[in-house]
Formats: sequence, structure tokens, C-alpha cells
Amino acid sequence: MSYSLQHVGMRYGDREVLRDITTHFDAAQLTAIAGPNGAGKSTLIGILAGVRDGFAGVCAYAGRDIRKWPRRALARRVALVPQSLRLDFPFTAEQVVMMGRSPYSKGLFEAPGDYEAVERAMRITDVIEFRHRDFRSLSGGERQRVVLASALAQSPEFLLLDEPATYLDLKHQVAVYRLLRDMRTSGVGVVTVTHDLNTALTYADRVVLLYGGGIAADGAPAGVLTPVNLERIFGVHAIVQATHGRAWIAYEA
Amino acid sequence: MAAVACPLIGSTTLDYRRAFAGASPDHEILFYVRLPRVALALVAGGTLATTGVLFQAILREPLAEPYTLGISSGSSLGAVLAICFGWQSALGLPATWLCAFAGAVVTLALVLLIALERRRMSSFTLLLAGVSINSIAMASILFLHNVATFSQSFAITRWLMGGVDAVPLRVIAGLAAVTLPVCAAIFARSRDWNLLAVGEEWAVVRGLRASRMLVAGYIAGSIMTGSVTAFTGPIGFIGLIVPHALRIAVGADHRILIPCSFLLGAAFLAVCDTLARTVLAPTEIPVGVLTALLGGPFFIWLLKSGRRSLWL
Repeated sequence: MSYSLQHVGMRYGDREVLRDITTHFDAAQLTAIAGPNGAGKSTLIGILAGVRDGFAGVCAYAGRDIRKWPRRALARRVALVPQSLRLDFPFTAEQVVMMGRSPYSKGLFEAPGDYEAVERAMRITDVIEFRHRDFRSLSGGERQRVVLASALAQSPEFLLLDEPATYLDLKHQVAVYRLLRDMRTSGVGVVTVTHDLNTALTYADRVVLLYGGGIAADGAPAGVLTPVNLERIFGVHAIVQATHGRAWIAYEA
Repeated sequence: MAAVACPLIGSTTLDYRRAFAGASPDHEILFYVRLPRVALALVAGGTLATTGVLFQAILREPLAEPYTLGISSGSSLGAVLAICFGWQSALGLPATWLCAFAGAVVTLALVLLIALERRRMSSFTLLLAGVSINSIAMASILFLHNVATFSQSFAITRWLMGGVDAVPLRVIAGLAAVTLPVCAAIFARSRDWNLLAVGEEWAVVRGLRASRMLVAGYIAGSIMTGSVTAFTGPIGFIGLIVPHALRIAVGADHRILIPCSFLLGAAFLAVCDTLARTVLAPTEIPVGVLTALLGGPFFIWLLKSGRRSLWL
């Protein structure tokens, strides 16, 4: 089960956000998409998730054009974790997570398996103690973990994330990326947009650098996140060090 | 939830009996007037409350109500035109009913025409289209009101204040035959409204055809609102207050919220109508006035006390 993109392009008005993207994303692989603001990362994730239309080219999942995928069938395979979620109504955290099971059960009631899936997802993301609390009363980081749990409850084959660690404290940042890595190991394809290049270096199997609407670099993290690329694409002078076998990026202050 | 709704329905019947016993000598006539009024109030109130819940969900707007999208003013315009042109009746039904309903249908068609883009619609475009039509219709009503004769003007004002009149039971049965199945259908899709209430993208990614549900919801809500408003005129606040109050009590899950809203809305309007005709007997306060009078302070109270229950 993989994604295949052929000459995908997207414009908003007369602004070209993505230009001739041809690439693929595979199962059991953790890909980090990075790039400067406005490089088209969120748009790309949106196209993969099937929530953005009006793009040129073809985006296919498991061999079928994403535009031809029936919604529910796609929802059973691909889950999207948005950057943030704003709620206007008093749903509890558990109800929000339970919504991740909608692709599986029709009608008014949940199926028995739904409760287990939700419970499991909430335990993994460490939000089980909030289950009955109003979602809006949680902190930014807690909300993000609940949203992640909702995506996990969908039992996806492919997990798409738009900057999942934005509001998270260090402990939970590490926890999320460890979780993503575990999911990758168990066969799920993970594609995540991230601004944090060090986590990309540490956890990703593959890094795709987007710049000016196109793919500027694509490959193993160490080969992509080089000082040369960082200077060229982000305009930042940096060095890549290795300590005890782990690589990390140090930015010039 | 049943505990909240049932006693209120019970008290409606009680109120009715009290008024029945304490009022006028001719019990036969009163029976044929009061009972239909209560029946209409129950159906209308329940329908309006349910539509309120629905519109709040599909527009993702806690302050939405059945009249947000122009149906009330469109249907009012229909009725006002009937009054101004002096049409009395057609097909055995009062002209105001027919024209009000026709007004609602025209409004529905116009809003859809404006909001639909290549068979897709978003909450935002729906809201904007509805608000614009609302505004045009209101302006037309004000204009007509201005140029109307004195007696026409009075009739217009009366209609605009909303009221639960004694409508023949078989007509109410007809109304119920239209609105109750629609309410049931709305209830059946509760989980979909849950998803839409969180977000359109959120819903789409979980398998919902959001645009389609939006259109369906809007059409259903408009049918319900238009049908009710044709008989009662615009009665505000029920569609707004009832869902809000209930959300605080029972949460936001539409599987609970919709049935409870229906019951509470029905009971609320029946009680209001009873109050409206007994409080200042023998004069009647128009029901719309009463619901607004109760609604305003209620919101203030909600705002003041709601600081702890993160409401906005």
C-alpha cells in the first residue's frame, strides 16, 4: 500500500504552491517532509489525505486515483492528524477519539470493537485520564495527543501528520515520535510534516525537502540535511555533528 | 435526559387542564381550541428545537438557529405579500399559510443557487448566502410594511410576532406527517452531525461526504422551519436556547442532544403558549414576544454563570 504522485501541482489563485511533484511514499517507512514556510508542505499532506482538490497531476493510493477512492474506504486506510483543532461544542476527549471509528460503523451505535480501539489509542497517547473532560478544557499539547489518538483509533495503514509536535513538551515530543517509529515498524506508512529537523534526523527513514514548490532533496536524513542544503534552502548556517553515533544539527546563533 | 424532558411534557398537560378547568363556561369549544393549540405548539416547538441543533452543527456555530439562513424572513415575506395583496384563501387554506410556505421554498432555492459551487458547498458559503437572502427579505418586509394600509400594517405586525393559533387538528396532523419523519431522519444521522460539528476536513477525513450532508441538512432544516413558520409565523429563540441549555446538561453528542431537544422544545413552546394566553387573560401575548422575553435574560444568565463551563 503506497502513494504514487505524478506531476502533481497546485495553485491558489495565481500563486503556484506545488510544482510538478513526482514521488512515492511507501508503507513501513517514516518520511519527514520539511521545508521553509509556504513551501507547500501542508498542501501536499492535504492532497495525500484526499481533502484538497483542484490539483494538477495524479495522486494515487494503492494504485487508485485518490479522487476515485470512496470516502469511507479511504478513511479506513488513511488517517490525518491536523496541526490544530478548534472545537465550538462541549465534546469530551473520549467522544473526539471515538469519532475516529466512524469509518467502521454505520448507524447510531458503536460496534464492540470500537471501544477497545479507542481505549487502546488513548492509552498509547497517554490521554486516558482526560477521557471525560471537555476537549476545550485541555491544554494545546493534551489536545494534540487526543487528536492523535483519534487518528490511531482509525487503525490506518497510512498516517499523515501535519506538525504533530508543535505544542508538545519534550517528554511527549519524544513519545510521539517513538510512537510513529513503532507504527512504522509494524507496517504503517508514516508521512509527517515537521519543522524540527533534529527529530527528522533522529527518527525519519527518509526526508523530503520542499522548496519553492518542488522537491529540493530526497533521501536518507543524513544525506539530505547537510549544511549545504540547510544554507541553500533555509538560509541558515549550521553544522551537523555526531555524538555517540547520533547526528544532530547545531544552528549558528 | 428523559428525567429532564418528561416532567416538562407532563406539566404541559397539567397546565392545559388547569387553564381548561379555570377558564370559560363552554368546555366543548375550549376543548377544540386548546387541544389543537397545544398539539401545534408541541409539534412546532419540537421541530424548531431540532432544526436549531441541526443548523448549529452544520454551520459549526453555537449561535445559529433555524432562522439564521433566511427561511424565516423569506417565509414572512410570503405572508406579508399575501396580506398586502389582500389574498384570502386558496385550496381551502388561508393565503398566509400558502404564501409563507411558498416564500420558504423560494428562499431555499435561492440560497442553494447562491451557495452551491459545482455541486459542492461549505458551511461558510451557506452561511453567507443565507444571511444575504435574509437581509434582502427583511428589507422587502420593512418596505412593504411601510407602504401598507393601517389594517394591513396591523395584520403584518401580528404575523411577524409569531403565534400558535387554533389550527384544525387534521392540518396539524399533516404538518406532523411532514416534520416528524424529517426529525427522525435527522436523528438517524446523529453521528454524521457530530463529525460535521467538529470540522469539515475532520469529517471528510473520517469518511463523511461533508458537502452532501450540508446540503441535505440545509434542505431538511428548511423544510421543517418553512412548514412550521407557515402556520405560526416566526417564533424565535426556541431553536437557539433549547440546544444550548441541553448541551450543558447532556453534552454535545447529537444522539442524545436531538431527541432531548425535540422534547424540551415541544414542552417549552407549549408552556410558553399556555403562559401567553393565561398570564394577561383575556388578552394574549404573542408567543414570539414571550419566547424572546424569556430568551434574552436566559442568555445573560448563561453568560454570567457560564464562566466555569468554558463556553466560548
